[in-house]
Amino acid sequence: MKFIYQWWWKVLAVVVILYTLIAGLLINVPRLPIVHETIRNTYYHVPMWMAMFTVFTISVIYSIKYLGSSNPKHDLIAVECVNVGVFFFILGLVTGMIWAKYTWGEYWSNDPKQNSAAIAFLLYCAYLVLRNAIDEEQKRAKISAIYNIFAFPVMIVLIMVLPRMTDSLHPGNGGNPAFGKLDLDSKMRMILYPAFIAWSLFAVWIATLRYRIRLIEYKQNSLD
Amino acid sequence: MMKKILSLIVLLLSFTAVFAQNGADIEMADTLRSSGKIYVVVATLAIIFVGLAIYLFSIDKRLKKVENEK
Repeated sequence: MKFIYQWWWKVLAVVVILYTLIAGLLINVPRLPIVHETIRNTYYHVPMWMAMFTVFTISVIYSIKYLGSSNPKHDLIAVECVNVGVFFFILGLVTGMIWAKYTWGEYWSNDPKQNSAAIAFLLYCAYLVLRNAIDEEQKRAKISAIYNIFAFPVMIVLIMVLPRMTDSLHPGNGGNPAFGKLDLDSKMRMILYPAFIAWSLFAVWIATLRYRIRLIEYKQNSLD
Repeated sequence: MMKKILSLIVLLLSFTAVFAQNGADIEMADTLRSSGKIYVVVATLAIIFVGLAIYLFSIDKRLKKVENEK
């Protein structure tokens, strides 16, 4: 766990995100009808989801660990990762809605991608509500860990699998090409992939900060 | 440590420059970029993000202090 106290990866995340902000707006992109310059949203909207997947994955890993170890620290990591994940979830949804307004005509057009993302969002809201509903500490940790393990694959199916099988308008879904395929010189990848990694690290950083605060609170509470 | 980060920044920036030159002969929203003041937006975004990053770093530092007091 020494990793979370180190600086290098936080600096790396900030520098790379800064690079994607600047290069993402200035470097040329493929000219496409309808999307026009909004193709640049790919650099900022998609990494939100990547960051969310990363923290949710870490959360599940620690939920599984908790069931084996009953270590309250593992439970705290799992919750704070979900908290940060939900935050990035909202960012992803809202940025997607703005883009949809100018590309599809409506903020919310009941597109399969949008609807299943909304369901997945509620799934994780339910996790947080479930936690608050149980007073006993160990019981809460155990039940929410099990819930989290089930919620994660459902979320993946809802966001990644189901929209691809129906007629979603979202790029990369329902027979629509993803932007990566259209971009022949793969210049976009040189911004998109670093953005994935950097925003993921950024989300992990925020999660570790929240976890460290939570740990102090937890220690204080157990001393009382 | 600092050397690595510095070289990373230099590499990333040189990458930007290379592509800026590449696109010069292709008709694109270049005029928009030069006269449309897109640089103002880029600068604003960069400042906001750097500000947020510094803010996070300061929280991290303060947290470290609190943790060490224990």
